[in-house]
Amino acid sequence: MTRRVLLLLFAVLLLGGVGTTAVLNASANAGQREHQQAGGPAVRNGNLTLRPPSGRELVFRNMTWGPYRDDLVTVPADRPDAPRTASGVKCLRFYAASGTGVCLQAEHGTLGDSYQAVILDAGLRELHRFPLAGIPTRARVSPDGRLAAWTVFVGGDSYAGTNFSTRTSIVDTRTWKLDDNLETFTIIKDGHPYRASDINVWGVTFADDDRFYATVATGGQTYLVQGSLSARTLTTLHQNVECPSLSPDGTRIAYKKRVPGASPDAPWRLYVLDLRTMTETATAEHRNIDDQAVWSDDSTLVYALPGNYGTDLWTVPADGTGAARLLTKAALAPAYLQAN
Amino acid sequence: MYLADRCRSLPGTTGSRAAVPSAVLALGAVSLITDVSSEMITAVLPLYVVAGLGLSPLGFGLLDGVNNGATALVQLLGGALADRGGGRHKAVAAFGYGLSALCKPLLLLAGSVPAIGAVLAVERTGKGLRTAPRDAMISLATAPEHRGRAFGVHRAMDTVGALLGPLIAFAVLAAADGSQGGASAGTDGYHAVFTVSACVAALGVLVLLLFVPSRRAVGPAAKPPLRQTLALIRVPALRRLTLCAVLLGLSTVSDAFVYLLIQRRTGLAVGLFPLLPLGTSAAFLLLAVPFGSLADRIGRPRLFLAGHGALLLGYGLLLCPLSGAAPVLLVLALHGAFYAATDGVLAAAASGTVPAEHQGAGLALVGTGQGAARFVCSLAFGAAWSAWGGHTALALAATALATTSVVAFGILRTHQEATT
Repeated sequence: MTRRVLLLLFAVLLLGGVGTTAVLNASANAGQREHQQAGGPAVRNGNLTLRPPSGRELVFRNMTWGPYRDDLVTVPADRPDAPRTASGVKCLRFYAASGTGVCLQAEHGTLGDSYQAVILDAGLRELHRFPLAGIPTRARVSPDGRLAAWTVFVGGDSYAGTNFSTRTSIVDTRTWKLDDNLETFTIIKDGHPYRASDINVWGVTFADDDRFYATVATGGQTYLVQGSLSARTLTTLHQNVECPSLSPDGTRIAYKKRVPGASPDAPWRLYVLDLRTMTETATAEHRNIDDQAVWSDDSTLVYALPGNYGTDLWTVPADGTGAARLLTKAALAPAYLQAN
Repeated sequence: MYLADRCRSLPGTTGSRAAVPSAVLALGAVSLITDVSSEMITAVLPLYVVAGLGLSPLGFGLLDGVNNGATALVQLLGGALADRGGGRHKAVAAFGYGLSALCKPLLLLAGSVPAIGAVLAVERTGKGLRTAPRDAMISLATAPEHRGRAFGVHRAMDTVGALLGPLIAFAVLAAADGSQGGASAGTDGYHAVFTVSACVAALGVLVLLLFVPSRRAVGPAAKPPLRQTLALIRVPALRRLTLCAVLLGLSTVSDAFVYLLIQRRTGLAVGLFPLLPLGTSAAFLLLAVPFGSLADRIGRPRLFLAGHGALLLGYGLLLCPLSGAAPVLLVLALHGAFYAATDGVLAAAASGTVPAEHQGAGLALVGTGQGAARFVCSLAFGAAWSAWGGHTALALAATALATTSVVAFGILRTHQEATT
């Protein structure tokens, strides 16, 4: 008995030591990153507005380590490597248009993290906040700044482990009416109303203050849908489309397409769909992409790819020509801001 | 015959306050420690995949259905292997626990969703292998008339681990993040959680090896194990119990659907959704021991049926127009009561129907039947939801549960009349 107890005690000490070392190591790394600044893009404090006084600006989540990690920062749109102006507002995901911002934030708590969607005005002042059901992944604002949408990942029940689902919500920032779950909209698939327990909706992109596009997944297949907020419908248009992004002129959708023959680790490539002809064009970006792209103008796409700081922003022409080019390092969740 | 002897778990046989055998407490401790370890992983895995690795977990195909089916078969194999050669329960259980423990450090190396899925599949194989031999050891260590309570104690300890795991995981994550209050901390924190989880799992295996007694051979060396397992179907009492477990399993809606229905039907605030499984676990924890003792006194099949009655009541509540916190708590309490009255109780009931040398295989047979039936039910439920919507699907499940409960009542009552 005593030998067994001694052996157990020894093992507890040993394993406890290994565990403690792992936690302390991680903590030390985190502390080190807190101070590490050198080498990366320069960041400095400043006033940030979603309606720049002049010119065009690019706003995104800063990914450099240090005090400005996760801060919203801006740079002039034509000089993405210029020093970044930090706002002090931290977001996991962000998007802005016409002076309205949607910032998906994490809040640390004892029972794990909780998440919020915060609607910001042009001065980054909080207008409203909504609790989120899971981990933020996509955010968008309608072109005139009235509607905001977001998608979160929700873990299934705790015994299933790998079972994920999404929840996508749209809020009207004028009336604060919230459509909490787009899965409750009527789905019209191939012309007929469709119902299923395995429906997931994600990646909203707005055309105007009623019409939008998104991805619906069901039965192991993904679809591009056109949604109507007033009619509460989602109508399928095309197959194998995820994370759609509507071009500023409203004629094309950039999206990630699952390509046959790709490795299951890296199944998606960046494509553009012409909504009039329904023809697909592969872009010159040949790497796997897992992002909802942004249009910097009617012919250029911007998207995130993994990099040394987490993610970098890249750019590629939308018509399949040219080549992918690094836009700026250590950045995620971009949006273009127009002067008044 | 041994069957009559083992079914004598009726009122007044012996004083019911005997101590829980130390082997059961040791196995309970092993399960507690192991559940802390695995629930730590479950709690942070979605965050790790999405926030830590920056991957989209959707659209990689749902392996869960396949995994569940495979786990049921593995359980049968575990039970059969454990009985082979007359009682290698501890060895097979240790292999199962060890296999799951090895998966935790492997998570440190798995950087993609398919790789993580593969590690989890192996983890579940270990879980499937160890379940039947562990339950067999519990029943073999306990006098037949106290098995309900023994399984209740084991399930309660197991649930404590499941409740502690997420708390410890988030404490580790917070400690590893250090002073950094930012929204993202890279993957270091998650790797610390995996390392701690691996240490905890190793401790669980060690407690099993050191403190769970190995049993000497309890029967003659065996025939080929799987044939022997299937031959157990011919034992009438086990066949009846398995039939009932399968029938009722066919109308038991899976937890994920139950929580989804609660959320949809009551308009629960989205932030509270992750807390729903905690409600079920809390009720399960509180009721497992008293219900186990009750089963020893009034009869395990009876309580097993009553548990499904509680579930039926829960379905009924969900079919009513509800709002507010009270009905949610009531449904969760009923859901937890259902588990407390059926999970360990079924194992205790099954252990009474088979001789000692076939405990592992007998328990595995009932467990596999129930697991496979529940899997079929969730497929059917998903299809019904697609065709007619969630409300109608639940109404159908409730009708099915009411029907199968009546049939099961009939089967088990003739059984009781035959043996008393």
